[in-house]
Amino acid sequence: MVTYKFKPKSKLREFVGEKFMALNAFTALIVILLIFIFIFKESLPIFTNSDVRKEAGISRMVFKQQYYEGRDPKWSWQPNSEVPKYSLLPLFLGTLKAAIVAMLFAVPLAVGAAIYSSEFAPPRIREIIKPVIELLAGIPSVVLGFFALIVLATVLQKMFGFTYRLNAINADMALGLAIIPIVYTIAEDAMTSVPKSLREAAMAVGANPWQVSFTMVLPAALPGIAAGIVLGFGRAVGETMIVLLASGNAAIISAGFTESIRTLSATIAAELAEVVFGSAHYNVLFFIGTLLFVFTFLVNLGGELVLTRIKERFQGRTR
Amino acid sequence: MRKIFALTAMLAVAGVAAAGNITVKGSDTLVRLRQRWAEEYMKTHPGAVIQVAGGGSGTGIPALIDGTTDICEASRDMKPKEYEDARAKGVNPYRGAVTLDGIAVFLNNQNPVKELSLEQLKGIYTGVIKDWKEVGGEPHTIILYGRENNSGTYAFFKEHVLKDEDYAENTQTLPGTAAVVNAVSKDKYGIGYGGIAWEKGVKHVAVKAKADSPGIVPTLETVTNGTYPISRELYWFFNGVPSGATKDLLNWALSEEGQKVAEATDYIPLPKEIAVKNMVK
Repeated sequence: MVTYKFKPKSKLREFVGEKFMALNAFTALIVILLIFIFIFKESLPIFTNSDVRKEAGISRMVFKQQYYEGRDPKWSWQPNSEVPKYSLLPLFLGTLKAAIVAMLFAVPLAVGAAIYSSEFAPPRIREIIKPVIELLAGIPSVVLGFFALIVLATVLQKMFGFTYRLNAINADMALGLAIIPIVYTIAEDAMTSVPKSLREAAMAVGANPWQVSFTMVLPAALPGIAAGIVLGFGRAVGETMIVLLASGNAAIISAGFTESIRTLSATIAAELAEVVFGSAHYNVLFFIGTLLFVFTFLVNLGGELVLTRIKERFQGRTR
Repeated sequence: MRKIFALTAMLAVAGVAAAGNITVKGSDTLVRLRQRWAEEYMKTHPGAVIQVAGGGSGTGIPALIDGTTDICEASRDMKPKEYEDARAKGVNPYRGAVTLDGIAVFLNNQNPVKELSLEQLKGIYTGVIKDWKEVGGEPHTIILYGRENNSGTYAFFKEHVLKDEDYAENTQTLPGTAAVVNAVSKDKYGIGYGGIAWEKGVKHVAVKAKADSPGIVPTLETVTNGTYPISRELYWFFNGVPSGATKDLLNWALSEEGQKVAEATDYIPLPKEIAVKNMVK
């Protein structure tokens, strides 16, 4: 006679247990939804309340405004002024500058390291490189930011003679350090998960290791690397502490990278703690939060979708 | 059953403790002083519990209005709108000045500039004066450092020095006076502002009220006697005239003992007659 070790005691218990697990699984989903609803709700007065709309409507955030008689219209972020100015353009440009330059700095390093450690490095060296780079992800961003504020800024200024000690490049290098492990880990996984059969097939027709890597493995893993870059970009846009500390936070519009930048996320971090509850400024900060949420959500979703597709391609559908 | 007993006993103890509890919230400028005061007061008054929280004047005042703090510490007076909001919620703010503070203007130690007039400071921080050579320094762009736009120091400086004009857009805002001091100490052409307690690694510029008046360096004397042009009172706000525990605390802070603690923490004690006047009978 067969005896089951775990014999369900009753149908009811099984049913409740299953539903409980399902509830756990859906909690995360529900929490994300609730966060979004709450953030968006706090920014609603921008669309519905006529007083707030006059002070900080969408057109006030997007277009050039003439704030004083006889002065040129401009984009300006000065929410605590006699005439509050809520232009998001300087912040938006600052965020883009921060993210793009950080990517320019991080992606070549991360992808290069991934190619080396998955394709060329002897196993012993790979055992060292991989955990060390991944350890970088464990450094709290406030530490990286502080390092950039105190040390890196001085070094860079001495090396390149920047006028502004805290500037976009300084913040971006520290931001790059935070992104490298994300891009590296995903790119490395993508390359090592290229099926062995592909490599062997290439070798069987006479390709040398270099050719195997660059004509077989790299193209096959390219979507994975792209996904890593996209996820890294999402992190760069949302990262707060590093830019808050290291960028100087001046909301200016300029084409150069040697000047200060102010990002959307740093603005929320710096101003939300003390903003007058329910004011237009408060609503605008939550609106910025909504924008960041939607943006990073879409970017991350895109990255994850690509990753799932690759897995399916290499391993076949799991369901 | 035993558990329930234990629980009620714990609640009772917590209830007793809460009776002597005073929460103080508000200005970042005052946070170090607040901690020292709380420590000293609790040492000399067993049974008193003071909870201290920071966050800035901008957090303290809403907290007072919402009734989540007993004392709000602020480095500025409440705005008319805030008084209105408070009264609408049935809170009747009572203001008491507890100590003085001067705002110093920091320059890098290597900067040859020694004195600036209020007019020049305004020009520098509104972006009209862009180069040090315009105010007698070496020719180089002036690098502006400031505080985040919700700090009491930011608001005070804007009101008293900038006469409510906007800061220049390229003012770099840093979280906290410590960061400003650090930045100026490393930046030869930087300028910053903050409480006069901060002087390590930077120098205080002598401030002239008018172009032809003498430059005054912020010190204990010059702020107390009011000759230093950028000084202010720091306030405690209460809901109504303080009584009981909060009254004791206020009177203690204004006493010689309390003011001595303030001085030891690098604030500027109130002149004695004003301190006595501000006590609640």
